[in-house]
Amino acid sequence: MADQPGLTVRFEQVGKAVVVTPQGEIAYSEAPQFRQWLRKAQDAKPERIVVDLTGIEYMNTPGVATLVEALQMAKKNRYRLILAGLNTNVRSVFEVARLHTVFEIVETKDAALAS
Amino acid sequence: MTVSRPAGAETLVETRSPEVTLHMCSDPRFLAGARGLLSSVAEKAGLSATSCAQVALALDEALCNVIRHGYKRRTDAPIWIKLWLLPDSGRGPGMQIVIEDEAPHVEPEQIAGRDLCDIRPGGLGVHIIREVMDFAEYSKRQPVGMRLTLVKYDRPKAGPADPADKTLENPAARAGER
Repeated sequence: MADQPGLTVRFEQVGKAVVVTPQGEIAYSEAPQFRQWLRKAQDAKPERIVVDLTGIEYMNTPGVATLVEALQMAKKNRYRLILAGLNTNVRSVFEVARLHTVFEIVETKDAALAS
Repeated sequence: MTVSRPAGAETLVETRSPEVTLHMCSDPRFLAGARGLLSSVAEKAGLSATSCAQVALALDEALCNVIRHGYKRRTDAPIWIKLWLLPDSGRGPGMQIVIEDEAPHVEPEQIAGRDLCDIRPGGLGVHIIREVMDFAEYSKRQPVGMRLTLVKYDRPKAGPADPADKTLENPAARAGER
């Protein structure tokens, strides 16, 4: 998965969880690459996927759509998808789309792994 | 369909040249640059950090829609962005932005966001544009193309929300979801 200039992604297994840590922005150009990373996380068949968005400065609806897809897969396959570390602007996109009540959102990656 | 225009917004385009004009091609590589330009202009115009971020988000969503739905992901088609600064009329500084393209005509009332209760990917861009901006109106350009007019003031209108400000929603028109 070649990184787009605006996005790098780190992927790690922590116990029975997979942590996906994108850095940069997830917009129109980066969303396809990010979707591939989320599918890789799903393929690991974890008990939970934690998406640590601390390093994401900007996200728009193509980025949000990839997470909605991942959430639908999580519900279908009965594992948890937890979002962590959303900055104010990223959180506001979820709020405007009224998705903040649909996703499990916590402050930090550690909180996501401990919950 | 009822649309309330901010005072002066309707004639502004015809009465003076825009402060900023950007002619770009429909290549997603340039979206971040366009977003950054508008955000920077908004900041210099005195809009708050939150308003600047909202203007940038609305522009980005609008351009994504033009590229994806209007031009079917073509990367060589033209997009024009024009920006006027609006005087402080009690709501802080403001901006009017007009985005034009040469994509096939679509009936403006069919450009609709999806029902937010329907949780699925896609169909969120138009909803976000209308939510974060004070005014958003799609119209047809002649002889070809679409025009999106956006207005953002730094502060929300005082008093109870006027639902007429954002009455372009038509959740039933799923065919036009963007």
